[in-house]
Amino acid sequence: MIYRETGQFKPTYQSDSAVFPIAQDRWVVIAFVAFLAVVVPFLGSEYLFQAILVPVLIYSIAAIGLNLLTGYCGQLSLGTGGFMAVGAVACYKFSTAFPGMNLIVVLLLSGVVTAGVGLIFGVPSLRIKGFYLAVATLAAQFFLNWLFNKIAWFQNYTPSGTLTMPPREVFGVLITGAAAEPHHRYLFCLATVVILALAATNIVRGPVGRAWMAIRDMDIAAELIGFRPFQTKLLAFSVSSFYVGIAGALALALWLGSVETAEAFDINQSFQILFMIIIGGLGSMLGSFIGAAFIVLMPIVLTNVMVYGLGFEAVTAKHFEFIFFGGLIIFFLIVEPHGIARLWQIAKEKLRLWPFPH
Amino acid sequence: MDVLTAVFVAPFLDMADSPAFFFEVVIGGLMTGVMYSLVALGFVLIFKASSVFNFAQGVFALFAAMTLVGLMTGTVPFALDKALPGMPAFVAIVLTGVVMVGLAFVVERVVLRPMVNQDHIIMFMSTIGIAFVLEGFGDLMWGSDVKVLDVGIPTGSFFFLDMMIQVFDLWAAAIAGVLVIGLAVFFQKTRTGRALRAVADDHQAALSVGIPLKTIWVIVWSVAGIVALVAGIMWGSKSGVQFSLSLIALRALPVLILGGFTSVPGAIVGGLIIGVGEKVAEVYWGPLVNGAIENWFAYVLALVFLLFRPQGLFGEKIIERV
Repeated sequence: MIYRETGQFKPTYQSDSAVFPIAQDRWVVIAFVAFLAVVVPFLGSEYLFQAILVPVLIYSIAAIGLNLLTGYCGQLSLGTGGFMAVGAVACYKFSTAFPGMNLIVVLLLSGVVTAGVGLIFGVPSLRIKGFYLAVATLAAQFFLNWLFNKIAWFQNYTPSGTLTMPPREVFGVLITGAAAEPHHRYLFCLATVVILALAATNIVRGPVGRAWMAIRDMDIAAELIGFRPFQTKLLAFSVSSFYVGIAGALALALWLGSVETAEAFDINQSFQILFMIIIGGLGSMLGSFIGAAFIVLMPIVLTNVMVYGLGFEAVTAKHFEFIFFGGLIIFFLIVEPHGIARLWQIAKEKLRLWPFPH
Repeated sequence: MDVLTAVFVAPFLDMADSPAFFFEVVIGGLMTGVMYSLVALGFVLIFKASSVFNFAQGVFALFAAMTLVGLMTGTVPFALDKALPGMPAFVAIVLTGVVMVGLAFVVERVVLRPMVNQDHIIMFMSTIGIAFVLEGFGDLMWGSDVKVLDVGIPTGSFFFLDMMIQVFDLWAAAIAGVLVIGLAVFFQKTRTGRALRAVADDHQAALSVGIPLKTIWVIVWSVAGIVALVAGIMWGSKSGVQFSLSLIALRALPVLILGGFTSVPGAIVGGLIIGVGEKVAEVYWGPLVNGAIENWFAYVLALVFLLFRPQGLFGEKIIERV
């Protein structure tokens, strides 16, 4: 009843393949984004922005990036952390080398640099597949982190080896640096996420996305009917790295402020982002957002409940957090291996008829 | 030009200059390689029998080593301030083996059984979940401080033809050799071993001739648990029992792709190649780039091999059909 699409005719091809073909979806998404953009900045506290909303938004971008590669093109990658590090380092180098450069241009350039690096590490994907490829992408993770740690040029020869983002403005508003207002950072992140998510949706519903999905479903069959695996896979690697690189750049510029690449973007980061897309839903845009929110929020909720609610010591709580985190992941994989996005789909089907039986 | 000489000529001159040192490095590499092989073996066993890429293997080794130390020193689980009399190493090792078998039962019942027929990637992620749970559980049970493990393996070193050789490494190699021979006999000569190989070949065909899949899985995970125990003992006595022990899984992964996910000999040979390659590169080429290349060199080495043989050195030939 609520979700009924009766009467919503699609007289043109454009309307048939729209991003949100059902009017209810369209309005809910627009209303939600408007709520996030207009209402939340007035309500939120600094803690809410800095510890929850900004990380969720940044991880959403990274999750979308990995989802393009793993969920849509079927290439399992464990090098996401390394690519985020590339984005962060590129962002740092560009913004310190060219102080006058607009932050938006810096972000785009960081994405492009990361895309180039991703392209190089994607080359083995033509020969090796599945877990062999996953392990091979770990090479990217370890090699890149080692590189940024060892070569002082990447850190501008600072003795501590940390990258600290200088304060930068966008359209006259201070966005990065310690003095920036949290809600300004948040709005900048939100705008980036909306633009990038729309772009990703449009990529995957077009010919490029169809080629990716063909390769994912069966690469040999796809090759036989005329998709070029080499170009298609490399394109997936570079587009995915572009997104991940921007996420890394944003993580440095807007969220952490100053990072030590080897620590902030270690292997656990790669696994976390993989968890996001698997728990959220492989091959689903909505899933990337849900997964990011879930993985960012769960440890916070767990810690709060354990330490403040039940009065555990912080160390013990940390151990329990590990157990719960692992347990919840196993639980979700058992009950819904297709991710939370699938649950939403099922709910949508139910809502079409509800409250009537037929 | 100087750079080219430094990379392509000087290291080889160094090698020729003092062959004894070179062989010492190679032997050191072989010994490390044996230790990698031990960890890789656990992965291969499970992957062969259930197509699960068990990321928790490293944490298994950590958990086994922690349990062993706990039993030997008489720590009371979950109540670290109380103490019991410790027990001799031999008894503790057997008891830890029992614990690992119990763990295999739990994993099969709680994780694997509900997930039969899922995608490989889902199974893989669930083993990362297992790794998290076990890590938290182990720390909670036995405490997260660095522990010393000493089961009485002799240490020290002696000189043989001008080369310094660690006694501990020799023991490690011997133990690994015995383990591999034991596994080979178990797989080739026993009834259970035959059933295991059948399951590895084809789950459904094995089921249809009456091989109990669940039992086989428990056995495989138990064997992998025992291998993890051995790996945990060796690595634990070498570098102390602490969280970083679980990271040896990451060091064993290149071994795995180099040797092939499905091949026991591959795990051994791969381990040796990686061990030697890593040591030699670290000693002769490491100084050129400020060292610490062991984190990624193995991956790059494995990657180069993979470009020529995508299924690893000994992996089954991948035949793809549409």
